[in-house]
Amino acid sequence: MLRKIRICLQIITMTLVTLLLLGIGFRVHLWAGWVAKIQFLPAILALNFGVIALLIVAALLFGRIYCSVVCPLGIMQDFFSWIGGKVKKNRFNYAKENKWLRYGFFGVFVIAMIIGFAPLTTLFAPYSAYGRIVNSLFKPLYDLLNNWLAGLDAANDRYNFTEVQIWTRSVTTFVVAILTLIILGALAIWKGRLYCNTICPVGTFLSFFSRFSLLRVRFDKDKCKNCGMCEKNCKAQAIDFKEGKVDYSRCVVCGDCLDKCKFDALHYTAKRTSSSPKPVDTERRAFLVGAAVAGTTAALAQTQMKVDGGLAVIEDKKAPERKTPITPPGSVSIRHLEKHCTACQLCVSSCPNNVLRPSTDLMHFMQPTMSFERGYCRPECTRCSEVCPAGAIKPISREEKTIIHAGHAVWIKENCVVLTDDVSCGNCARHCPTGAIQMIDYEGPNGTVQVPAVDENKCIGCGACENLCPARPFSAIYVEGNEMHLIN
Amino acid sequence: MDRREFLKHMGSAAVATSVVLSACDSNGNETPIAKNVIDGQGEMTYRTNPNSGDKVSLLGYGMMRLPVEEGGTLRDHPDSPIDQELVNQEIDYALEHGMNYFDTSPAYCKGMSERATGIALARHPRDTYYIATKLSNFSPSTWSTEASKTMFENSLKELQTDHIDYLLLHSIGGETKELNSHELFNARFIDNGILDWLVDQKAAGRIRNLGFSYHGDVNIFDMLLQWHDEGKYHWDFVQIELNYLDWNYADELNDRNTDARYLYDELHRRGIPAVIMEPLLGGRLASLPDHIVKQMQEREPETPVARWAFRFAGTPEGILTVLSGMTYMEHLVQNVATYSPLRPISEEEDAFLMKIAEEIVELPTVPCTACNYCMPCPYGLNIPAIFSYYNKSVTDGSMPTGSHDAKAYWEARKRFLIGYDRTIPALRQASHCIGCSQCKEHCPQNIDIPAELHRIDDYVEQLKQL
Repeated sequence: MLRKIRICLQIITMTLVTLLLLGIGFRVHLWAGWVAKIQFLPAILALNFGVIALLIVAALLFGRIYCSVVCPLGIMQDFFSWIGGKVKKNRFNYAKENKWLRYGFFGVFVIAMIIGFAPLTTLFAPYSAYGRIVNSLFKPLYDLLNNWLAGLDAANDRYNFTEVQIWTRSVTTFVVAILTLIILGALAIWKGRLYCNTICPVGTFLSFFSRFSLLRVRFDKDKCKNCGMCEKNCKAQAIDFKEGKVDYSRCVVCGDCLDKCKFDALHYTAKRTSSSPKPVDTERRAFLVGAAVAGTTAALAQTQMKVDGGLAVIEDKKAPERKTPITPPGSVSIRHLEKHCTACQLCVSSCPNNVLRPSTDLMHFMQPTMSFERGYCRPECTRCSEVCPAGAIKPISREEKTIIHAGHAVWIKENCVVLTDDVSCGNCARHCPTGAIQMIDYEGPNGTVQVPAVDENKCIGCGACENLCPARPFSAIYVEGNEMHLIN
Repeated sequence: MDRREFLKHMGSAAVATSVVLSACDSNGNETPIAKNVIDGQGEMTYRTNPNSGDKVSLLGYGMMRLPVEEGGTLRDHPDSPIDQELVNQEIDYALEHGMNYFDTSPAYCKGMSERATGIALARHPRDTYYIATKLSNFSPSTWSTEASKTMFENSLKELQTDHIDYLLLHSIGGETKELNSHELFNARFIDNGILDWLVDQKAAGRIRNLGFSYHGDVNIFDMLLQWHDEGKYHWDFVQIELNYLDWNYADELNDRNTDARYLYDELHRRGIPAVIMEPLLGGRLASLPDHIVKQMQEREPETPVARWAFRFAGTPEGILTVLSGMTYMEHLVQNVATYSPLRPISEEEDAFLMKIAEEIVELPTVPCTACNYCMPCPYGLNIPAIFSYYNKSVTDGSMPTGSHDAKAYWEARKRFLIGYDRTIPALRQASHCIGCSQCKEHCPQNIDIPAELHRIDDYVEQLKQL
């Protein structure tokens, strides 16, 4: 029964988290956003005391159910462990916890969080690790499917799906995501929840409470026939049947042992009670991966059909080297983002304008940064601020966005087509949403021309000028970030 | 059914139609089927060129929008080769149905039109058709005597012939940033002595009729006709833009253009036959807003909207032939029917069309005919595609308008914006127009292209920010 409930909840959580990270469904964050907000580390960083208290109380009452039904990375590992179980049955044995590694790493992690050393926090935050896997590996597949559907839509004059750009926002993050998937997948197949019980800082933190939990798996020694099936099926390697003991700091309350015990010798209870759970069929957790991969081939054929005008060749834009990175409006300052962001990539997935991408800079490793080669931060959009579960990007309104100065534009004379191509332009000034750019007279080599001048007081750093500048590959006007966003 | 298949079935379809018709006749009743075939029940209408005695079919084939192998025209698939097989079939059909005037240019279809036309026509006896081509020396690199001569000789080679029936000075009346219309005309045709050379070629029989096509500054048009009056140069024909919108409203649409009525009258009173281009104004007169289509269909429910425009263009007696750039077999069949024979526009119908024209002028559309002369834009925009998307949205009534029905407005807004992204890649949209104005001088319609692009961009931006 416990196992059945656990699997149902896992499917619900996994579906919602994945939908959220993929951005599927009509403004999905409005109805599924909570599932990100109850994630432990984002809640800590958002100083969301209600959620933190709730999770601690849950651990005190039920044990580490968080690790089983809330954490998407845990659920993902269960999936791999389940596959491993299909290959080799009854494969686990009791193992002692690796205290040195477990508590040593936890200590290091806590110190990293306190001093605000972001790379460690972001790399080992479990929800974020899963977020990166979805964003880097699953989202491109979903986008292919989406574009294929958009192609069908366009062919049939429907307007449900719109084509999106598919691109790798950061190779580093992509590699990290693949490595995470491979390492954790292999570990889960081999040793079940070894990662959660040795490395994961959230798991270790919750273990401090779960060892005192009210409800827990208890042995009924009278009924136990010492068959060892419970131990052999404990993916946390936390049951020592010979001693009749369970390590509650590592038990994630999955319920597998209860189902495996043919003698009704194990119960999940506050005190001794007696009930005989019936064995359940293994749920078919059909992950979308297979279907998505199958859809890829068809989707590719569809995108190849699409041609642009094949007119003048347009060179791709390249990102300029920014002295100060630009962080999204609502993130208050670079320091604020660095301290609160767990790099879950939800904002990156949600950005409809292809502006946000994970940073490759070590100090802001995989945290979002803005760049404008493919689009700019449009005035009507506040999507990233709405989805952030960690309070790293605080919610802002469209009106607030108009007075948040996330950066400022800088003119690069050497690139400006007015001087290089001897044409009149002014596309930056024409598209500046705050009117921060004026065209002024300038003595060029071929007489007086009109060049842009930026009023930094008005510029909010949205990147419209940089994105729409005709100079390629480097724009003649680009945005420098502001360390702290000015509000006026 | 694809086009080729359609073609194969043409013959049998024609038989079937006549069977149905005779059935109607024997019943003596006018059934809807009989009404459906008001046009196309007789022979092609011909006009005689008073200068050469040529009997020219009223429908002429414009070879500027040839089909390409990937479907559509080069505007749809710019890197696709011409669908020669289909071109052959279309030319066969045209000749078979009495058409005999084929108009091409070295500039058309990225320079591939003359060759394709030549291949298709060379399969038929040379005396069964007239070839029209042009001296398209637009680029300064082709202004020299040698380069212009080479262009003409090359036309003969591509068209696999030893003489051109109708040779035109291509698009006089234009101007560039550096040269005004007179200077440009002189640079292209006078200073290099090429016009005199062409006159010599005519004397030598390598050109049978010499004329020009005109867009833009009317002073050049007037000057050339004055030369005609003075006997300095003789024009055997002149190609002008004429349709029921340009007849009276060309200058309302753009004050640098001239009403077709003036141009036609000037030619007609001198007895110079007029060849008509843009009878449909680049297809705009074939896709009209619902309320206008309704008025037309209330008069003749089964007549295609485009037919009104063709009938109008073919009606004045001084018109030698009406050119239509027919990509699709279906259009060819329909247009052949329109002129087999021509049902001239009556006085009453003429007044009706003038009223329609008045309504069209009021629409905020851009008078672009998608001729692609402005392309390629050095900054990558797809100018004709932007204009045609905008025009289409205006005329088919799908623009989001300030109606009281908020839901319908949002639905229309979404469709407009999504459709815009689907039709034109983001990097080729109006937001990337920097206003350099290099396109402007190439536009035969004298559209202020940057201003129109900025207008459309502002509109899109305003919709996006809602």
